[in-house]
Amino acid sequence: MNLFNILFYSIALLIVVSTGLAVTRRNLVHAVIYLIMSFFGSAFVFYLFGAPFLAALMVIVYAGAIMILFLFIIMMLRVETPEEQLFPARQMWPAVAVAAGYLVVGALLAAHDPAAGAVLGPAQTEPAVFGAYVFRNTWLAVEVTSLLLLVALIGALFIGKRPTHESEE
Amino acid sequence: MAGIPFGHVLALSGILVALGVACATARRNLIMILLGVEIMLNGASIAFAAAALRWQQLEGQAFVLFIIAIAAAEVSVGLALIVHLYHRTGSLDPEKFNMLK
Repeated sequence: MNLFNILFYSIALLIVVSTGLAVTRRNLVHAVIYLIMSFFGSAFVFYLFGAPFLAALMVIVYAGAIMILFLFIIMMLRVETPEEQLFPARQMWPAVAVAAGYLVVGALLAAHDPAAGAVLGPAQTEPAVFGAYVFRNTWLAVEVTSLLLLVALIGALFIGKRPTHESEE
Repeated sequence: MAGIPFGHVLALSGILVALGVACATARRNLIMILLGVEIMLNGASIAFAAAALRWQQLEGQAFVLFIIAIAAAEVSVGLALIVHLYHRTGSLDPEKFNMLK
């Protein structure tokens, strides 16, 4: 057991526990805060796996932008769902079935994959190398992604616009 | 023995995906459903980053970059739709949205 292993396993435990807490919270704000902790843990895992640029992006975009957007929406809508029954039995059964199916397949994959025994050691990718790789080899995907972000921006503006006349209900 | 077996990382991302699926399936709240999708994307990106390290190829890390960008787009449109639906019906319960009109 060296430092790399100890760091990875403790961070993995943190991620799983905080995600589990987030999934089972009744209060949406608490769920989002726990999920921010989980995303910080993921950023640390990326850093351990030698991707410091992705770790920074994870903190900036995921924990910093996406989750704060969730917080804004939750606070703006003033959602009060005290009557929401956490995990109603009718939906519990399909959820458990699907999640258990994923777990079984994932465990089989992790146990029988010939590549699963390979040992990951510490490594580091320079952000400059990564950037050059992305813009040299996957430039088309970068362009398509930027177009997608533009479309999402226009779509969000269009959908979020308040209706000028209330539809008859 | 220095290093982590690749299977343990796959197990971590599998647990995350299973938690996300359970969250998206069982919760009766549109915001929690979107959060479940986010958890699933997070688990997938951890697997991609570990594979990039395992095979010493940068494709995995590039994939994580695109996953993050697409998650941002998905969340912006999804939250705009949720706000729109909330203004129409005053609720976030998916079972309330059963009218096409």
